[in-house]
Amino acid sequence: MTAELGSFALILAFALSIAQVALSAGGRLRGSAALTGAGEGAAVGAFVSIAAAFAALMYAFVTSDFSVANVAANSHTAQPLFYKITGAWGSHEGSMLLWCLALTGYGAVVALTGPGLPWRLKATTVASQGCLGVLFIGYTVFASNPLLRVANPLVEGASLNPLLQDPFFAIHPPFLYSGYVGMSVVFSLGVGALIEGRVDAAWARWVRPWSLVAWSLLTIGITLGSFWSYYVLGWGGWWAWDPVENASFMPWLVATALLHSATVTEKRGAMAAWTVFLALLAFTFSMLGAFLVRSGILTSVHAFALEPKRGILLLDILGIAAGSGFALFAWRAPSLPPGGLFAPISRESALLLNNLFLSAATVAVLFGTLYPLIAQAAFGAAVSVGPPYFNLVFGSLMGAVLLILPIGPLMAWKRGELKGVLQRLWWAALAAVVAGALVFAFHEPRKAFAGAGVALGVWLIGGTLTELAERARLGRTSLSEAGRRLRALPRGAWGMTFAHIGLGVFLLGAAIDGTGKVETAKVMAVGDQVDAGGGYHLSLDQVGQVDGPNYLANRGTLSVTKAGNPICTAAPERRFYPASGQTTSKVALCLRGVSDVYVVFGEQRTGANGQPGWLVRIFWNPWARMIFLGPLLMALGGGISLSDRRLRIGLPRRAAGTRGAASLEPAE
Amino acid sequence: MRLGRLLTIVAALVCLAAAEDPAEQLPNRAQEAHARALFKEIRCVVCQNESIDDSDAEVAGNLRQAVRAQVAEGQSDQQIKAFLVQRYGEFILMRPTFSPANALLWLSPFVIVLAGAGLLVFRARRAPAPEASLTDAEEAKLRELKDF
Repeated sequence: MTAELGSFALILAFALSIAQVALSAGGRLRGSAALTGAGEGAAVGAFVSIAAAFAALMYAFVTSDFSVANVAANSHTAQPLFYKITGAWGSHEGSMLLWCLALTGYGAVVALTGPGLPWRLKATTVASQGCLGVLFIGYTVFASNPLLRVANPLVEGASLNPLLQDPFFAIHPPFLYSGYVGMSVVFSLGVGALIEGRVDAAWARWVRPWSLVAWSLLTIGITLGSFWSYYVLGWGGWWAWDPVENASFMPWLVATALLHSATVTEKRGAMAAWTVFLALLAFTFSMLGAFLVRSGILTSVHAFALEPKRGILLLDILGIAAGSGFALFAWRAPSLPPGGLFAPISRESALLLNNLFLSAATVAVLFGTLYPLIAQAAFGAAVSVGPPYFNLVFGSLMGAVLLILPIGPLMAWKRGELKGVLQRLWWAALAAVVAGALVFAFHEPRKAFAGAGVALGVWLIGGTLTELAERARLGRTSLSEAGRRLRALPRGAWGMTFAHIGLGVFLLGAAIDGTGKVETAKVMAVGDQVDAGGGYHLSLDQVGQVDGPNYLANRGTLSVTKAGNPICTAAPERRFYPASGQTTSKVALCLRGVSDVYVVFGEQRTGANGQPGWLVRIFWNPWARMIFLGPLLMALGGGISLSDRRLRIGLPRRAAGTRGAASLEPAE
Repeated sequence: MRLGRLLTIVAALVCLAAAEDPAEQLPNRAQEAHARALFKEIRCVVCQNESIDDSDAEVAGNLRQAVRAQVAEGQSDQQIKAFLVQRYGEFILMRPTFSPANALLWLSPFVIVLAGAGLLVFRARRAPAPEASLTDAEEAKLRELKDF
């Protein structure tokens, strides 16, 4: 019964989305507040309906209702309750419903907030959001309804893929999807601005919080996904330039560029057309990602497997939404008023360079991901594009942008002075060179790369701290005055500081882990010892059987020692899930500061002397945790920036005006 | 859900980082390290986007054996790659060759940077230098007034 109610709610949401478009657009054309108000009501209604449908799906999963096809394919009675719930978005159909939930949720928030948003812009934005809703909810209703029943229900389900039965994986799609779909609001605001013909500082001030929300959530989502792949897949790495990873990374790159260009538009009114272009592009890449992951046209280790018919439908949706967005852009953008002028050496130019390099890096990732298809279609050649390409091309482009990063925030708007900025950065440059040289001298092996990475990371962190010290006038004024100045800094400035330091932290981790990783594999019998690198020794103490809730496992217990001192006990498992007949690894991580001793328990083999042994793989991953810590700092920076008074959603604009002098924002 | 396909994918995932297998390694540590570096450049031809360094597939194991043997014989990287390309086509290389056909792939990001930078320089030369017509305070006030 609930499944039918859920299906009904889904169809209702489809109808309400159509009403949302018609009422908002009609209200905008006739200048009727009653109609646009009704359109906003429909947007909220669509969200409530989708939420009801999603609740129905969750209920079916929790109660193990195997007469629902999707539940039968992705759940099992023995599955722990938590994974029954998260199974709701573990499949293609369920995750598309989650996508629609986020899409209508954002639509409802836009509809409910902002007496500050001018009503015309708001009406066109809500209408555009409604159009996206019609496309995606329509797809869910007609081509991928997760609530469909089967004629002959099974007694037992096929179980959720065991690799997905992990707390980090379970919470990663909601973050990722809220990030992907958050770009839809920015897209709709872009469409609204093009239709209304005004892209100015006030519009940019509305775009910034939405892109910040989406960017921060996407950052968390990608980081959780990467951490999941790090410790669940048991391969010791954290990023493989796999098409699915790239699909989530491209919207992130575009959103990062958008955050920076929107700053220029907000503060200086310049680069307006470019900011709108990026606003449209960010969600286009989100949709492209959704298509790539689901179409099966790219080979990837973790794509959804699916029939091509749905892939073509998703491609149609992508074509319609992005096509009309960019057609509108081509038509209206030339009439946008030119923005403020700026000199070649200025904060604007630095941010423009940031955008240039980020765009080129996005193109590198896009071409690298799609090139096997292009080559196949264009000259029938089978070509592989793997990590060596991405590391080289993407790495060199990002290296260039990171070199100029600390310079930008120290530069004045409109017309800056490079020499003065470089003088203020001398100690950051010195620290970077010294750190790089030390790593170059003492780090084993592949020294040059590690040294360059560490130098860049220190340069970023040092440069960002320099900027902070400049704002506080540290050293030129009393300490208490400097502290007062720091406390008075706008949250946006703190957000930028955290985000840039986070990037530096990430870079340090990636450089040291990427070059200093030690991999050891040995067939160990109980009592055997192995040297695992980093000065750590492991010995296999015992091997036992474990009865899990829905799996059986062999568990090895290894004691980790350094210079004879016990450090920790690692208990990796090799799990067998009878419901699906799959075997997975439960990696044991022994956290040492920000580094990991990473232990994978493998199959049973005959050892060197004919005794039974187990294949144990050990990775010494120095500084690996900084790879995940850095992006979380970046997302935290996004959150701090979002709490800035200026950006708070729904802030009455007049209040900002009456503050008078306070609205003369300090030159950030 | 096409579970069957998912299962094969998952099965391929379970045993990653296969090349470290102690049963396969070369006795000479320098040669072994050299072979490992090469493995990362060579695709497991039946796998989903995995190098033979990672893959547990039988083909990957055979390829590793072949590469290790050639490394032990003292063949150069070029010779080994040429041997593999001759047998399996360019598909086997994780790093596409820098050929005219692949120029689009290799050069387009850098062309974008150069073209963008060129455009900026061109516009900066044509546009007059900004005059300090309004102070920042006046500009901020103007923006407040323009806010609808």
